[in-house]
Amino acid sequence: MNTLTIPTRREALAKRLRDVVDGPHVLSSPEELAPYECDGLAAYRIVPLLVVLPGSVEEIQAVLRICHEERVPVVARGAGTGLSGGALPHEQGVLLGLARLNRILAIDPDNACARVQPGVRNLAISEAARPHGLYYAPDPSSQIACTIGGNVAENAGGVHCLKYGLTVNNLLAVELVTIEGERITAGGSGLDGAGYDLLALITGSEGMLGIVTEITVKLLPIPQRAQVALAAFDAVETAGQAVADIVAAGILPAGLEMMDLPAIRAAEDFVHAGYPTDAAAILLCEVDGGNEEVSEDIAKVRQRLLDSGAQEVRTASDDTERARFWAGRKAAFPAVGRISPDYYCMDGTIPRKHLPRVLREIARYSTESGLRVANVFHAGDGNLHPLILYDANVPGELELAEQVGGKILELCVEVGGTITGEHGVGLEKINQMCAQFPPEELQMFHDIKAVFDQYGLLNPGKAIPTLNRCAEFGAMHVKAGDLRFPHLERF
Amino acid sequence: MTAHDAADAITAQVRDAYEDRRPLRIVGQDSKAFYGRPTTGEPLDLARHSGVIRYEPTELVITARAGTLVTELEQKLAEHGQMLAFEPPSFGGSATIGGAVASGLGGPRRPWGGAPRDLLLGATLLDGRGRRLRFGGEVMKNVAGYDVSRVLAGAMGTLGVLLDVSIKVLPAPAVERSLVLTMGRDRALHKMRELARQPAPLSAACHIEDRLYLRLSGNASSVAAWEKQIGGDGGAGGDFWQSLRNHALPFFAAERPLWRLSLAPALPRLDCEHEVVTDWAGAQRWVYTRCAPAELRNEVAKVGGHAILFRHGDNETPVFHPLDAVSERIHVGLKRRFDPAGILNPGRMYPTL
Ligand SMILES: Cc1cc2nc3c(=O)[nH]c(=O)nc-3n(C[C@H](O)[C@H](O)[C@H](O)COP(=O)(O)OP(=O)(O)OC[C@H]3O[C@@H](n4cnc5c(N)ncnc54)[C@H](O)[C@@H]3O)c2cc1C
Repeated sequence: MNTLTIPTRREALAKRLRDVVDGPHVLSSPEELAPYECDGLAAYRIVPLLVVLPGSVEEIQAVLRICHEERVPVVARGAGTGLSGGALPHEQGVLLGLARLNRILAIDPDNACARVQPGVRNLAISEAARPHGLYYAPDPSSQIACTIGGNVAENAGGVHCLKYGLTVNNLLAVELVTIEGERITAGGSGLDGAGYDLLALITGSEGMLGIVTEITVKLLPIPQRAQVALAAFDAVETAGQAVADIVAAGILPAGLEMMDLPAIRAAEDFVHAGYPTDAAAILLCEVDGGNEEVSEDIAKVRQRLLDSGAQEVRTASDDTERARFWAGRKAAFPAVGRISPDYYCMDGTIPRKHLPRVLREIARYSTESGLRVANVFHAGDGNLHPLILYDANVPGELELAEQVGGKILELCVEVGGTITGEHGVGLEKINQMCAQFPPEELQMFHDIKAVFDQYGLLNPGKAIPTLNRCAEFGAMHVKAGDLRFPHLERF
Repeated sequence: MTAHDAADAITAQVRDAYEDRRPLRIVGQDSKAFYGRPTTGEPLDLARHSGVIRYEPTELVITARAGTLVTELEQKLAEHGQMLAFEPPSFGGSATIGGAVASGLGGPRRPWGGAPRDLLLGATLLDGRGRRLRFGGEVMKNVAGYDVSRVLAGAMGTLGVLLDVSIKVLPAPAVERSLVLTMGRDRALHKMRELARQPAPLSAACHIEDRLYLRLSGNASSVAAWEKQIGGDGGAGGDFWQSLRNHALPFFAAERPLWRLSLAPALPRLDCEHEVVTDWAGAQRWVYTRCAPAELRNEVAKVGGHAILFRHGDNETPVFHPLDAVSERIHVGLKRRFDPAGILNPGRMYPTL
């Protein structure tokens, strides 16, 4: 079949798929396919063979059975906000868009959970739960747009992860359709499921093990109150130390975010949040809970921040001011987008104590490359988002930005961290996986994949690099005279 | 505290066992020997591999060798005002942290504090060929590669030998108060669910006989405010929660099959729940039943839950809830990849694993 031309294959497969999915939901013309050629990592674009938009789990099963039989690759897509190219199509494959499966199946206040389809937007769950005094805790900044299926596939985080956990900590069950078209449920109606914890394995698996077709999420009581403090520092190191001091004081903030000067200025120009534009760094520290608790904690936080050397600490006087403090942080990415034609968002996580060193090195890479870098940082859990500013129209700048990004990620690994805290590996960080994992671990990942997807049809080429690729990549990265995988020459 | 690195000796033993296709029975302190299906095999002693490797309170992470005693860890954390939020039970014995993670069991705090899998950030393990692999790490967020370490939590050692684990720790609450309310099971369940839906600083909720026990944890003002609001007949004391956690209450002394039911918390009493302790605000139920095992399991499965024959099984009744065909195939597939010779705790969970 591979010998046929793409248009011929496209027509043949579309014909088969239209038997199982309503005709108009199998897209095959160039104009229809174009909107699906990239996700949030827009530097990479591929036109898929077909786009299929199933309307039910049964249709998904039928599509997967056909793709399995014909050995056609399948790439799942939620809202396409992913930042690592995870939903980048395969040119010989079907892009399976899940946006039509957008129903909230049940809000169950007694059991504090909601059962939803994968195409439901993250924020829509909290909106539906609000009348019951409940909400869904993980809140990626993209929450108005991204889908819960995409959140499960990426194990998405948000600004409230330190206290409330990641997606994996807020799920009760998922239904998965395998590439063979079979359904399984991982997890259960209680707090755990029978057998191995497949729920943990599926969460964050980037569409490589199956299609998530139904999700039961945990709902939490909406805190009585939240209060945020904004602290300004004259050095990034001091701000980093303040984070450690707050934790040492036994406070577990609901959110603890840091921005450096370039990020502060960009955000301030954009949303006028009232940030001090002469500070080297600001910290936003939010506490939530019962009324009394919040009053007690915010006073403690304020004192800690001052003791740790903050030049200024402001606490929001009401919800409007609180929203304004957060507006700058939440709009940090688009704000940076205004001051540069393009930016490249990194996602490394480090042990917090290495923050000063890592920020110093990033500044050095920035000077050396001539590319500006703005840092936005989930400081509480050590998750860095350096934004590398570049102009794709200047020849070579994208490559330069990618090089700087690659160096930052390798630095994260070197200090004991990881190349991705919440955005996933996708296609983007596939090379850096070689820096993070030795061959045996990578092989184990491939082995796990094979248990679910023998022919490698689900999201091929993403998330886990082949050992060959690492051998080649390693050869280009000679560190201190050492080849990273010298014993891999046989591949 | 004892600290000893026996990783090399343990690795060598697994490699030899793999070469000779000799089954191993992974043992910490054997405090949970009763749990799971019986497995024979040469003991692989993890208790000798002990000690804290790294602990930095402000990073909220502790990394310890598998044989480290839970009590030692808890003591060390308490010195810095921190805790293991999943309250691992040790059932009277002296449990190791490796065993606590491998069994995946959580104590009374679990619905609020998380299970071992929620707090496990990374692990070093030996697979069934004796290869040392490291997954996850010591940072709070890490989505590089599949989340293998969390899958090891609760796998009862059948996928790999945990050598060391990195665990997210949390600040211990400034104040804890226990309340007792006298009421029957149905009202208690209702009350627990009502409280679980409110922003109350609840950290445990359990009903036994005619009493509802509640624990509040947090800062002084919030605990006091909720204590007043809930009312109750006074304190239960910390001992109660310890006894519940370790099954030291009289309820658990019976030498009859004890079932653990995991299901949607608000479900009213099932027909097969003949004698029951309702923990986790309804989500975990300890049950003695007159129903046949299959009948009980049917009833539980119908409502999306599962049932484990926790203690005093009869060697015939499956201990863990039977899997459907597709899940079973995936389980067997994973077992083969992690442990191709089937030497790690063979059969401890399911006959085929
Ligand atoms: C401005 C902005 C801010 C962001 N902020 C955050 C943040 O704070 N925290 C964070 O974690 N992320 C953030 N992201 C990244 C992104 O929003 C998340 O990764 C999100 O989870 C992706 O959801 P999606 O529906 O857009 O998925 P997509 O981008 O469509 O897909 C993402 C991956 O999931 C797979 N997938 C999607 N649906 C399914 C399914 N049903 N079954 C199986 N696989 C599936 C895809 O194949 C792909 O690999 C941000 C992105 C943007 C653009």
